[in-house]
Amino acid sequence: MTKRKIESEIVTLSKLGTEAIRNLSALELGRAIREGRTTAIDATDAVLEQIRAVDADYRCFITVAAEQARSRAQEVQAQIERGALAGPLAGVPVALKDNICTRGIRTTCASKMLADFVPAYSAEAAKRLEAAGAILIGKTNMDEFAFGSTTETSYFGATCNPYSPKHCPGGSSGGSAAAVALQECFFALGSDTGGSVRQPASHCGVVGMKPSYGMVSRYGLVAYASSMDQIGPMTKNVEDCAAVLEILCGRDAKDATCVCPTDTDFRTALIRDVRGMRIGVPREYLEAAIDDEVRDAILQAASQLEQEGAVVEPFTLGLTEYAVPTYYTIASAEAGSNLERFDGIRYGHRAQEESLQKLYTVSRSEGFGTEVRRRILLGTFVLSAGYYDAYYLKAQKVRNRLVQTFDKAFAAYDLILSPVAPTAAPVLGRSPENPVERYLEDVYTICANLCGLPAISVPCGETKQGLPIGLQLMGSRFREKTVLQAAFTYEQTRKEKLYGSK
Amino acid sequence: MGANDAYETVIGLEVHVELATKSKIFCACSTEFGAEPNTQTCPVCTGMPGALPVLNRRVLEHAIAVGLALHCEIAQYSRFDRKNYFYPDNPQNYQISQLYLPICRNGYVEIEVQNRTKRIGIHEMHMEEDAGKLIHDETNARTLIDYNRSGVPLLEIVSEPDMRTAEEVIAYLDNLRLMIQYLGAGDCKLQEGSMRVDVNLSVRKPGEALGTRTEMKNLGSFRAVRRAIEAESARQIALLSSGETVRQETRRWDEGKNQSFSMRSKEDADDYRYFPDPDLLPIVVSREMIEQIRAAQPELRAGKMERYRTEYAIPEYDIGIITGSKALADLFEKTIALGAEPKQVSNWIMGETLRLLKKNLLDPEELVFSPFHLKELIAMVEEKSVNLSSAKLIFEEMFENDIDPRKCAEERGLLIQRDDGLLRRTIEEVLQNNEKSVADYKNGKDRAFGFLVGQTMKAMKGKADPAVVNRMLSECLEKWINCT
Repeated sequence: MTKRKIESEIVTLSKLGTEAIRNLSALELGRAIREGRTTAIDATDAVLEQIRAVDADYRCFITVAAEQARSRAQEVQAQIERGALAGPLAGVPVALKDNICTRGIRTTCASKMLADFVPAYSAEAAKRLEAAGAILIGKTNMDEFAFGSTTETSYFGATCNPYSPKHCPGGSSGGSAAAVALQECFFALGSDTGGSVRQPASHCGVVGMKPSYGMVSRYGLVAYASSMDQIGPMTKNVEDCAAVLEILCGRDAKDATCVCPTDTDFRTALIRDVRGMRIGVPREYLEAAIDDEVRDAILQAASQLEQEGAVVEPFTLGLTEYAVPTYYTIASAEAGSNLERFDGIRYGHRAQEESLQKLYTVSRSEGFGTEVRRRILLGTFVLSAGYYDAYYLKAQKVRNRLVQTFDKAFAAYDLILSPVAPTAAPVLGRSPENPVERYLEDVYTICANLCGLPAISVPCGETKQGLPIGLQLMGSRFREKTVLQAAFTYEQTRKEKLYGSK
Repeated sequence: MGANDAYETVIGLEVHVELATKSKIFCACSTEFGAEPNTQTCPVCTGMPGALPVLNRRVLEHAIAVGLALHCEIAQYSRFDRKNYFYPDNPQNYQISQLYLPICRNGYVEIEVQNRTKRIGIHEMHMEEDAGKLIHDETNARTLIDYNRSGVPLLEIVSEPDMRTAEEVIAYLDNLRLMIQYLGAGDCKLQEGSMRVDVNLSVRKPGEALGTRTEMKNLGSFRAVRRAIEAESARQIALLSSGETVRQETRRWDEGKNQSFSMRSKEDADDYRYFPDPDLLPIVVSREMIEQIRAAQPELRAGKMERYRTEYAIPEYDIGIITGSKALADLFEKTIALGAEPKQVSNWIMGETLRLLKKNLLDPEELVFSPFHLKELIAMVEEKSVNLSSAKLIFEEMFENDIDPRKCAEERGLLIQRDDGLLRRTIEEVLQNNEKSVADYKNGKDRAFGFLVGQTMKAMKGKADPAVVNRMLSECLEKWINCT
């Protein structure tokens, strides 16, 4: 046999089918493309095919950029073959939450207000992914302007949970989480202001991480609460999460709050080792209104980490009952101000009104949904003359106290372990009459935002109904490596349990 | 008259100054004035979704420099706040400003009014962004927006209510303007809006607590400031004298009608819902940075006046005029640095320069001729290449086009002839043609000499140095008389 023939045979033998491609993780796909076992073009077609097959039922996407994705895949494939692109995620299809600006592709924030808005520029995070050779497949569904935790407040309709279409995917990055779980992309980006990456990741059985505040540029992320927003990866596993973070994290001269003071070689932290790691479990978190199934799964995860050599112990965190009101006061204040620019003057929905005052009020009343209007009103109220001190200022003081509380906790522990949400994914269309009931479900996730901490959600089991449960590991600020190392270790133990030791 | 005397006017000012930075306060767009609408914009200064502000360091440096010159405390920790209000020229519908922790506080400016020095307190000074410009298109019944000015950096300087008369206000504004010009922080032109003044005014009987104040806007010139103060003071006194009360409100000055109109009262004032802007980090200013800026501070007017007194022998009045404009002071010093004699430079500035500025209704900032050409012209007069009246003609051309005075003198044939032979021949001709005058001179009539000088100059078409003509004419006359 000639040498030439052998090579072609190897290629043929290992060429991957569509199904097999979709089963790969993002890093595995990147490797397969680099090794010539598949191409960026085939990978793009594989996810586009899946979107065509399932998205009408699940509605993960608001916009599918099929044509742009295909032509980009050709370009990227050519660059990879030329050796001009060698990154680990070159050629890997990605989906972005629809509040991350993409030049030339509409960015709606799932709102009627921006239903036809096409940005003239791309977010820094989108640019970084593009430079790394990732292929943008489309823009995913979300709660309107990221206000919500079910993806039901989207102007374009709710997304369904991949594990049970009657249930919601969580939110606000529900479309991104469900798209990863449904293999409509290999990874996705979400944004997390109060749990919006971690909670849908938890409900959809994928990995989702909110980096420390200041690790990822917010430039081009349509702002919800500027002091808490962070873009984060939603991936099939912890390793992919670390790889995506490596691309996303770094200083950006266009975002004054993006300081990224640490190195970003996150994959070096992927070691199966938690020996001697001190992990605290806040007592309050497990004593609160929480489903037994969730509590059991969390406690089991805790003991699993203990078996791996970590020191896991319960402790009293403190101030937990103040976190939710503090969060909603500050987040609404910032959101109300951030959303003032949507006025119908320069872009976005514009009512047919003659007077300026009516143009403002009618455009905004028509363009914003109920939950958005509720938070704008709340935000306006807490900043109003005569109420500022009692609400906004008080909330800032409590926020400072919370930061101190967590500083104290991290003096004793490397990580804080908790549930992501008190229940698995709720049933669609059954939002409580009183929105505060739903707000209270954010209790486990919002502290990471109020204090700027890194936190990850890793799958840790399922309910009897078959709905995924997520485990949250929270680290001290800029210690993403500690978080990733523990998450990776836990994930390894779980794989063994599910698939047996290799 | 009697009622007026019983009242005292209390005035405090809010002055907005556009800073002379190349780029805007929170983005890299140019601040150049007069470009096509919306050509100097980006996602940041047009309030696009997801855009974020980043502070231009030059703005902070200018603010600190002005703060130091105003004897302010410079905050080592300050912050930007959002001022929320809806208006189409304000693309985010909030203005990034400073309320809670401004960069400067507690300063003062010294003014001189009627030979008395008075200290006007500075309450605070802060940085903020300018808004865009609305252009009302009446014919098509629509309003257009130009965002080129959106994000141009401003300083707002808030005085204490320490002024009592329009004269004091003008002196304060003049001082402020000059100081900022000297610092190179801004050009401060009221007419062009690079300096904007809001007047807060109330009246009271001396010794009483402060009365209810009004805020006057739209003051486009020093004259408007003066007239608005006088009118508003009279209006409030008339109200109080007739037993009525002053309403706390914002008023708009109408220069054409020479009267003000109510814009909005306190009741319908916006609630701006100020809160710290979470997109911008707190501004931390180190001691070193403040000291560096202090050390780099240029000489301000008082220092300049003092130095001129000791270094240059020029009249006090000239010192006042020249240091009263940065452009004139710069011209003066640069021309001297090139070797010109201070007194001569001062004469050209005080005389011809000011005359032509006034005649052409120009500001000193608009002068076009270079110090080098002024120095050349002065040298030409000194070395007697041109006489003074020719020099003034040349200066007029320089004033208009900054031409090279030597070339101009040559082209226009204004150079004094150095050819003694020609002059001698001309004098001899003049003597020959004016026998009567020569005879008069011989008989001791001095006036005859003057006439002969005049005739010689005329024959030379003015291109002779009068001193040389004098000398040579005497010589020739002596010879002439001795010979005949």
